[in-house]
Amino acid sequence: MMQELLQYLFGGITNGAIYAVIALGFSTLYSATDLINFAQGEFVMLGALLLVTLWLNLGLPLPLAFVLVVLAVGLAGIIFERLAIRTVSKPDPIVLVIITVGASIFLRGLGMVGWGRDPLAIPSFFKLDSIEIAGAYLLPQSLFIVITVTILVAALTFFYKKTLTGKAMSACAINKKAASLLGIGTERMTLMAFALATGLGAVAGVMIAPITMATYDMGSMLGLKGFCAAMLGGLGSLWGALIGGLLLGIAEALGVGFVSSGLKDAIAFLLLLLILYIRPTGILGAKSSHRF
Amino acid sequence: MKAGKMKTLATLAVCIVLAGLVFAPGAFAKDTYKIGGIFSVTGGASFLGAPEKMSMQMVVDQINAAGGIDGHMLEAVIYDTKGDPTEAVNFANKLINKDRVLAIVGPSTTPTTMAVIPLCVRARLPLISCAAGNGIVNPIQPYVFKTAQSDIQAVATIYAYMKEQGMKKIAILCVDNGFGASGAVQLREQAAKFGLEVVSDESYGGKDTDMTAQLTKARKAAPDALVCWGTNPGPAVVAKNAQQLKLDFPLFMSHGVASPKFIDIAGDACEGIMLPTGAVLIADTLAADYHQKAALDKYISDYKNAYNAGVSGFGGYAYDAMKILEIALKGTNGDKAKIRDNIEAIQGYIGVTGTFNFSPTEHNGLGADSFLMVEIADGTWKVMK
Repeated sequence: MMQELLQYLFGGITNGAIYAVIALGFSTLYSATDLINFAQGEFVMLGALLLVTLWLNLGLPLPLAFVLVVLAVGLAGIIFERLAIRTVSKPDPIVLVIITVGASIFLRGLGMVGWGRDPLAIPSFFKLDSIEIAGAYLLPQSLFIVITVTILVAALTFFYKKTLTGKAMSACAINKKAASLLGIGTERMTLMAFALATGLGAVAGVMIAPITMATYDMGSMLGLKGFCAAMLGGLGSLWGALIGGLLLGIAEALGVGFVSSGLKDAIAFLLLLLILYIRPTGILGAKSSHRF
Repeated sequence: MKAGKMKTLATLAVCIVLAGLVFAPGAFAKDTYKIGGIFSVTGGASFLGAPEKMSMQMVVDQINAAGGIDGHMLEAVIYDTKGDPTEAVNFANKLINKDRVLAIVGPSTTPTTMAVIPLCVRARLPLISCAAGNGIVNPIQPYVFKTAQSDIQAVATIYAYMKEQGMKKIAILCVDNGFGASGAVQLREQAAKFGLEVVSDESYGGKDTDMTAQLTKARKAAPDALVCWGTNPGPAVVAKNAQQLKLDFPLFMSHGVASPKFIDIAGDACEGIMLPTGAVLIADTLAADYHQKAALDKYISDYKNAYNAGVSGFGGYAYDAMKILEIALKGTNGDKAKIRDNIEAIQGYIGVTGTFNFSPTEHNGLGADSFLMVEIADGTWKVMK
């Protein structure tokens, strides 16, 4: 019984870590711009597919490929912001959200044309067997994701709370006009936030690719689950993204284990509804609702 | 005077040329037979639709190169559903009302096929589906046929092998779409007939990234084997998770993953997995006197010449469908009811998928020879005795 419970938890953590690292991208952008980028999942997809090209096809060393992928996708995020977001004459939130949805469709098409329609396999980064703990098995890759996402959250929290640029970015989200009056280059901050969020998407794509495989249409489902995780944890809260992702993943796995695999998604979404009913701003998102 | 004569001559010449343009094709060739194709060329099921589209186009080109059918040239009108039933319905409507085709080959998947069946039945238009689901031809609809093997035969082939091996308890894990649901029904229904008991019955989502929870639950029931029913990439994830959990019972898969792509994406995790497949996949290992050998060799070499690519069993479904249509179109002068009657009357046609014997009560027509059990060993398929 213990062994099974542990195995469900490990399965949940594997999925949960994937959701968490994607949720982090949503929250990063939201905490700097108050914007939800529904193309976030597609930037994850770009990260995974670019890794296939740079690491497997061109044979670059993995760390170099990793860095190049993140830079390239970050650059794509900058281009996206300059061409599609900033050029909007009336930047209502709803208009911007629709633009990101459009961008997601465009990027999916780009992925299909560039990399074909078949799923591409990516070997695990570690030539290690699965780790056995009390009769349950965990993939080293899952552990790697959990550790990396925790480090990322800590680093980003430090960036937003302690550095001047980070504080300036938060200020832009709270009140753009006031921030501008204080001499903060709001456009530059938005641009940076986009680069940061899409770069994080690429990090997610690179890390999860060995588990999920890379396909041009992987982004939509992952983006949706990542968005749910971000909502669950509290949109804009970085630690919330981590907690929300893990909670969603574990809820799904336990749902499979103790109720029914057919009801897996239903159970996870029921949990989401319940938490949002009790705490409309998510688990760690209470403060953000008291913004001006 | 002279100028006037020249003008008359010129006018005459223009008239002759124009008349030639207008009447010549009508005088020498009969009107074209349009055949519709609806495939999942892109999207998750592209591994089905892409080779199906190319196979259908290849047969159409071959028929036209040989002078058409009764003098009628063929034209393939092919649309891509991206695996979406709604798109399939839109394209079926377009084929029926705008393109006015004589028959439809496809769609590629069970959900898209089920969506277009009512339209074809209403329009009295022959449909030869390339999808596996048994629900397509059961109950029988007069105008609906299919060339892909049913999950009935696939499950029977697996279960016969299990019985031979003395297995008693099995776990099943099916994808939660039409393909998986249809397979699950067969897996449950036929188990008792082969002395098997389903001790664990789970499902997973088509885009799920981790199935360890389902496998853990299955392991608790201590089965002799696990059967996973799905199409890429789910079964590859299951194979990897099974390797991760070091499961001690063998894994069986459906014919839905019988393509080199599966070996490619599952990597060494797919070693030892057993599955039923049509003869196309293992054509080069078959004996020269195998009854399908000639048909298979022709398909494989033609396909290689046309596209410089290897074949899969899926392309074979569309190839057989188009070949059957070629037979059925003869002497009908484009009468859809006659085409239907002709398909139903086809007996003993040896295709690449198997031997087809259609009848008013059998619209799939495939017999037991349509599946062989193979094991994946050293990254390739090995026929099991």
